Amino acid sequence: MNKHVSPRLNRRAFVIGTAAVGAGLAIGLDIPFGGPAVVRAADGSPEIGAWVVVRPDDTVVIRIARSEMGQGSLTGLAQLVAEELECDWTKVTTEYPTPGTSVARKRVWGDFSTGGSRGIRSSQDYVRKGGATARVMLIQAAADGWKVPASECTAENSVITHKPSGRTTTYGKVAEAAAKLTPPAEVKLKDPKDWKLIGKGVKRLDTLDKTTGAMIYGADVKLPGMLNAAIKDCPVFGGKLKSFDEAKIAGMKGVKKVVKVGDTAVAVVADTWWHAKTALDALPIVWDEGENAKVSSESIAKWLTEGLDDAQPAYVGNKNGDAKAAIASAAKKVEAVYSYPYQNHATMEPMNATALYTADKCEVWCGTQNGEAAFAAVLEASGLPAEKCDVHKVMLGGGFGRRGQTDYVRQAVMIAKQMPGTPVKLLWSREEDMAHGRYHPITQCKMTGAFDANNNLVALHYRLSGQSILFSLRPEALQNGMDPAAFQGVAQSGEAAFGYSVPNLLIEHAMRNPHVPPGFWRGVNVNHNAIYMECFMDELAQAAGQDPLEFRRKLMGNHPKHLAVLNAVAEKIGWDKPAPQGVYRGIAQVMGYGSYVAGAAEISVTEGSKIKVHRIVASTDPGYVVNPAQVERQIAGSFVYGLSALFYGGCTVKDGKIEQTNFDTYNSMRISEMPKVESVMVPSGGFWGGVGEPTIGVAAPAVLNAYFAATGKRIRSVPLRDQNITFA
Amino acid sequence: MANLTINGKTFTLDVEPDTPLLWAIRENAGLTGTKYGCGIAQCGACTVHIEGVATRSCGVSVSEAEGKKITTIEGLASGDTLHKVQEAWIAQDVPQCGYCQSGMIMAVAALLNENPKPTDADIDEAITNICRCGTFQQVREAIHTIASA
Repeated sequence: MNKHVSPRLNRRAFVIGTAAVGAGLAIGLDIPFGGPAVVRAADGSPEIGAWVVVRPDDTVVIRIARSEMGQGSLTGLAQLVAEELECDWTKVTTEYPTPGTSVARKRVWGDFSTGGSRGIRSSQDYVRKGGATARVMLIQAAADGWKVPASECTAENSVITHKPSGRTTTYGKVAEAAAKLTPPAEVKLKDPKDWKLIGKGVKRLDTLDKTTGAMIYGADVKLPGMLNAAIKDCPVFGGKLKSFDEAKIAGMKGVKKVVKVGDTAVAVVADTWWHAKTALDALPIVWDEGENAKVSSESIAKWLTEGLDDAQPAYVGNKNGDAKAAIASAAKKVEAVYSYPYQNHATMEPMNATALYTADKCEVWCGTQNGEAAFAAVLEASGLPAEKCDVHKVMLGGGFGRRGQTDYVRQAVMIAKQMPGTPVKLLWSREEDMAHGRYHPITQCKMTGAFDANNNLVALHYRLSGQSILFSLRPEALQNGMDPAAFQGVAQSGEAAFGYSVPNLLIEHAMRNPHVPPGFWRGVNVNHNAIYMECFMDELAQAAGQDPLEFRRKLMGNHPKHLAVLNAVAEKIGWDKPAPQGVYRGIAQVMGYGSYVAGAAEISVTEGSKIKVHRIVASTDPGYVVNPAQVERQIAGSFVYGLSALFYGGCTVKDGKIEQTNFDTYNSMRISEMPKVESVMVPSGGFWGGVGEPTIGVAAPAVLNAYFAATGKRIRSVPLRDQNITFA
Repeated sequence: MANLTINGKTFTLDVEPDTPLLWAIRENAGLTGTKYGCGIAQCGACTVHIEGVATRSCGVSVSEAEGKKITTIEGLASGDTLHKVQEAWIAQDVPQCGYCQSGMIMAVAALLNENPKPTDADIDEAITNICRCGTFQQVREAIHTIASA
C-alpha cells in the first residue's frame, strides 16, 4: 500500500483548513522603488498576475474564483491556467480568493458564480490569459537575469531554458523578479492543436481529503467558542412567525438563546447542534400561515391546466410560419399533454453557514456556488460596508443550483448579529432542507403536431404553462414580462437552440407563478422542455409510422451539430441492429448550456411496471473537452440525478407546504439501480459549451421512450412512483 | 457522561445517553469526517463500523455504542498507510462532491472485509448509500479493482 503522502493534496487541504479558521487569503503589498506593486499571498510568495502565485520551491498556486461542488471544474480551471503557464502539473495547488478581496481589488478574479454550467466556459479565456501572462513575465525575468532577449528563451514544466547557451532556471527562482515586472498588455494563447494538458483526463486535485474525512465542508467548520443553531422557517412559503413559547424549553440542556430570524423564522442557539435541534423540536411555535395555506398540488395543477387554453395569454418564444392555421387544415393531427413536478435539489449536505459578527466586522464561512452573491448577502444582512465583510468559501456537499441562492447565508448573519462576538454555525435539518428548497419549477405542456397526407410534419404547437424562475429570482432579466429562459432547449437560437426544422412552429409560455419558490435545479428548464419535446417527437414518429431516429433525422438537416451527437449515440448503441431479447430502446437529443447532447437507453420491463435500465449511451459535443474523465463523470451523474427525479422525485404541496420531508419520501437512486453509462465525446471545436447540466435533459426522455417501445404505453407525467412504476 | 471507544481511543464525553452516535462523534469527539445527511438512517452518509459492522450512526444511541469498538473514516487508515478502499478511491478518482464518500467508503470496507470478491449482485445488496452526484459507476469499478487485486 502507498503512503498517503501527497504534498500537493495536503497543501490544498491546508489552504482550505486555514480558510476555515479565518486566516483566509491574506494579501500583503510591496511597493518597490521604480516598479509596480508586488502582491503577496498569505505565505509571502509573490503573485505573478492575479491568477498565479509561485513559491520558491516551484510550487504553483492557481487561484480559482468559481466553486467546486463535485463537478470537477476546480481541476479543469487549473488545467486551463497551467496549460498556458507551462508549469509542472505535479506541483500545482489551488486556492480560493475571497470575494471581499476580489471586490477590494476591483474584481480582479471576475465573476464567482458557478451555475448554468458556466464554470469553465465563461472564464476559460481570461484564466488562460492569466496563465500566459505569468509565463511571459517569468521568462522575461529569467532573460533579464541572463541579459539575453526573452525571445531566445522557452519554458516547459516550470523550467526556463535559454536555447543558445543551454542555461536553465526554474519558476521558483525567478518568481520574485518576475513579480516586479509590468505585465504584458497582450498575450497570445496557444492554438488548441498545441494543447498538452487541456483535453487530458488528469486526476482531480481534491480527492485525497475526500477519502480520509479531512475535507472541510460548511457543516464541518469549527471556530473557537462557536455555538450551533437549528432553525425553522414558516413551512408555508410567504407565511410569518407569529409567536413561540421560549419558557417551555428554558431549562433544556445546552440551550443558550432563542432568536427570531427575520419575520418568518425562529432559531435555537445551543452548545451543540444536537441540543439546538432537540430544543427547537420541543419549542411551541405559532405560524401566521396566510393565504397560501389554501394552495395544494391540485389547485396548482388546475391553474396550470387553464394556461394550456389558447384563449389565455402567453409569451411567444419561438415561431415561424403559421402553426395554428396549418394544424387547422392538416390531414392528421396528434395532441398530448405532459407535466413535470417540483423537485428539491436534495444536496447531500443540507444548507448551512457559519457567521461571526462583531461591531466592525462580519465574516461568513460556507459552501456557496456564488461567492459574490453570498458576500452581498452578508453586507445586506449585517448592515456593514464591503471592507468590513468577507466570505470564506469551503467545499460544497453538492450544489446542483441550490447553493447559488443565499437565503441560508442571510439567516446565519441575522442569527450571529444577535450574538455579537460569538461565531454561530447554522445547520438546517434535512426536514428544513426539504421544506425550504428553491424548487425545480412546475409546468404542464400541451403539444399538437400536424401532418400532411404524406406523413410529413407540417406544424408543431408547443404550449407551456407554468412557473418562471426568472420572475421570482431575477425579474430584471425578464423581457417585457417574458422569461426567455423558459424556452431553454426549444429556443430559436443561442446556447439552448431547438434542433428541428418545422415549417410552421409556435412555441409559447403561459406564465403562471404559484407561491412555491422556484430555483435553478441542475438542467433548469432544459429538463422539462426536453422531456416534453423528445417524448412527443416519439409520439409523432409513431403517428407517422416511422422509426423514432429516422423521423428526427429528417427534421434535423439544418442542425448538423444536434444531428451529429444523435448519430453518435445511435451508432454506439447499435440502433440499426436489433436490441437483445426483451430489451427495448429509446433515444433523445437536446441542446443546452452551449453543448449538444444525445442519449439512448436500453431497458427491460417486467410485470408492466418494473424497469431495469441496462445500458445508457450518451454523447456530448461541448466544443472543447478540458478533462474527459470529469466530463464522463458529469454525464453519468446527470443520469443519476435525472433518473432519480423521474422515478422517485416530485415535491407535492398540501396546505401550502411541501409534503416530502426526507429521503424516505423523496428517494434517490442507489447503486443497484445504476445503469452502465457509456459516454461518447464528439468535441467539434471552435466553441465552449458546459457539461454539468445538458445531459440531464436526455436522461428521462430516453428511458420514457424506451418504456413506450417496451409496453406501448406513454407516460406523460413525473414521477413514476406516483404511477406505481419502479426500478426492477 | 459516556465513554466511547473510537478509532482505538477512549473518549469521555459529556453527552446524554440517547444522543445519536453520529452527533457524539461529530460534535463531542470532534471527528467531522462522518457526515449528517438525513438523520433517519436512509442515506448512509453517517456510516461507521461498530465491531466491524457497517452501521448508520444516526440511528444508534450513545448508550448502545458504549463499550463497543467504533471505527470512523478517520480511523480507517493505519497511520500513514491508507486502507485499500481509500487507495482504490484515489486511483479511480471516485468522489465528486465527496460528502457521501466517508459513508460509502466505510460501507464498502465492511463489505470487502466480509466478502473479498463481491459480485455485482452482492454490491447491489450491500451498498445502499445515496450519492446525489452519481458516483455509482466509479464506486462499482473501484470495488471490482480491489477484488481482483
